[in-house]
Order: sequence, then structure tokens, then C-alpha cells
Amino acid sequence: MDLQAIAFYLLAAVTVISGFLVITARNPVHSVLFLIMAFFTAAGLFVMLGAEFLAMLLIVVYVGAVAVLFLFVVMMLDVDFTQLREGFARYLPIGMAVGGVLAVEMVMVAVTVAANGAAGKNAAPAAPVADLPNAEAIGRVLYTDYIYFFQAAGLVLLVAMIGAIVLTLRRRPGVRRQNIGDQVARTPASGMKIVQIKSGEGLSE
Amino acid sequence: MTIGLAHYLAVAAILFTIGVLGIFVNRKNIIVILMSIELILLAVNINLVAFSVYLHDVVGQIFAMFVLTVAAAEAAVGLAILVTFFRNRGDIAVDDASMMKG
Repeated sequence: MDLQAIAFYLLAAVTVISGFLVITARNPVHSVLFLIMAFFTAAGLFVMLGAEFLAMLLIVVYVGAVAVLFLFVVMMLDVDFTQLREGFARYLPIGMAVGGVLAVEMVMVAVTVAANGAAGKNAAPAAPVADLPNAEAIGRVLYTDYIYFFQAAGLVLLVAMIGAIVLTLRRRPGVRRQNIGDQVARTPASGMKIVQIKSGEGLSE
Repeated sequence: MTIGLAHYLAVAAILFTIGVLGIFVNRKNIIVILMSIELILLAVNINLVAFSVYLHDVVGQIFAMFVLTVAAAEAAVGLAILVTFFRNRGDIAVDDASMMKG
């Protein structure tokens, strides 16, 4: 077994095991951490395939943003997670049966496609084209042929951002807030009152 | 034995199955359901990248990037809905969520 095979089997095994632990861990915080591990090892698989840019993107986007978002939400919500696990043992047998059938079918399809499909006829990519790094190859296609899709992806992110803000923003009644507009609009005339007080009488509200 | 396309596709298939299984067995816990969806999309990405590399066509990687974008957006909106749901209900048991009478 050469080094590449060892690396592949190691990464694949860690990915699958941590993926399985994501759905079976008792504590959701552990689930999120195993999810991060699965993404890291999947990024390793991408590097083995020669898709370095996407591997780095996976780490930046998933580990840096999505997983941390999950972690925030899991830690913020005060939920009894043991109660949410009821039904786990009840659904496990049938889930395993359906999942096993699905996995066997998909692996068989994968093997067949790899053996007879168009991709299988190509030889294994020895090395990327020397003068064109992966990121540059992606950029050349992404910013020309797929520029509208790229813009649409940006729009999707914008809509998601605004949607998330709108969903979670809440104006509580009874909270005194600073109103900058009112403060700036204050003039000496409106902010001050000159009261003439006769001597010896004092001031009553 | 050399590592070929079938190996990557098999890993993606197993990961996809784990994601589907996670949705089956954690029917109440929407956080784990969202994480299972992330696993499914990761499996899709592995498939796209593997085919892209073995077909010598970079378009597959570009589509994997778009899938990544949509997955990030979906996670953000899903978690925002979850936070709002928790605020209104006090728990996140989604199997009996029927506020909208759907």
C-alpha cells in the first residue's frame, strides 16, 4: 500500500466515523465538534483530489463560519437535550435498515459509474497542469462563463443575511435607547429653559 | 491498490447515508437535523469535486462552491428560525410544531 492509499483510507475513515458521531453524540456540542472534524478531513480529501482552493474554502466557510454559528446557537439555547433524544432507540433499527440498503445501493452505483462512466475512462489525474494552479483555473471559468451565477450566489448570501437579521432582531418594549438624531437636533433653545427666580423663594417643580 | 474515483464516490455515498440516517433518528432535535443536512451537502460536494477532477473539468468545483454558498445561507437562516422558534415556544421540539397549522 502506497502512501496515497494510506492517507486516503485514514481521511475517509475519520470522515465517516466523525460523521456517524455527529448524529449519535449525546451532547450537541460534541456533535458540532465532530462536524468540524468531518469538514477538516473532507478538506484533506479535497487536497488529495487536487482541489486545493475548495479545500481551503471548506475550512474557511464551514469551520470558520457555519460550525461556529452552530456552536453559538447550541450554547445559547437552554434546552434539555436528553428529552430531545427520546425516540432515538425506536427509530434506530428501521433507520439502520433503510440506511444500509441506501448505502449499499449508492456504493454499487458509484462503483459501476467509476468503472463504466465517462469519468472512469480518464486516467487518474497525476498532477495538475503545471502552469495553471487550481485557484487560477477556477477563477478563469468562474469570472467569465459563470459570472451571473457568481452574482446570484452573492445575492443568495445577501438575502440570507438580511433574512437572518430580520428573523432574530427584536425590539423590546420598555428599553430606553439612545436616539442620536434627537441628540444632534437639540438646540440651546429646545434644550434649555431660563427661569427667573425671585430671591428668597426657591424653586418648586 | 490505487485510489480511484470509486473510492471517493463510496465515501460520499456513506456520508450521504449517515446524513439521511441522522434525520431519521433525531426527529426531535432540529440542531442535529441541520447538521445532518450539512453532512449531506458535504457528500454532494465530495461527489462534485471527484467527478470534476476525474473528468478534467473545473466546472464541477465551481458548482461545489455554489453548493457551499447555499449551504452557508441555509444554515444561517435555519438557525435564525430556530432561535426565533425557541424564543416563542421555550423549547426546540420540532416534531409537534404546529403553530402554523400546516
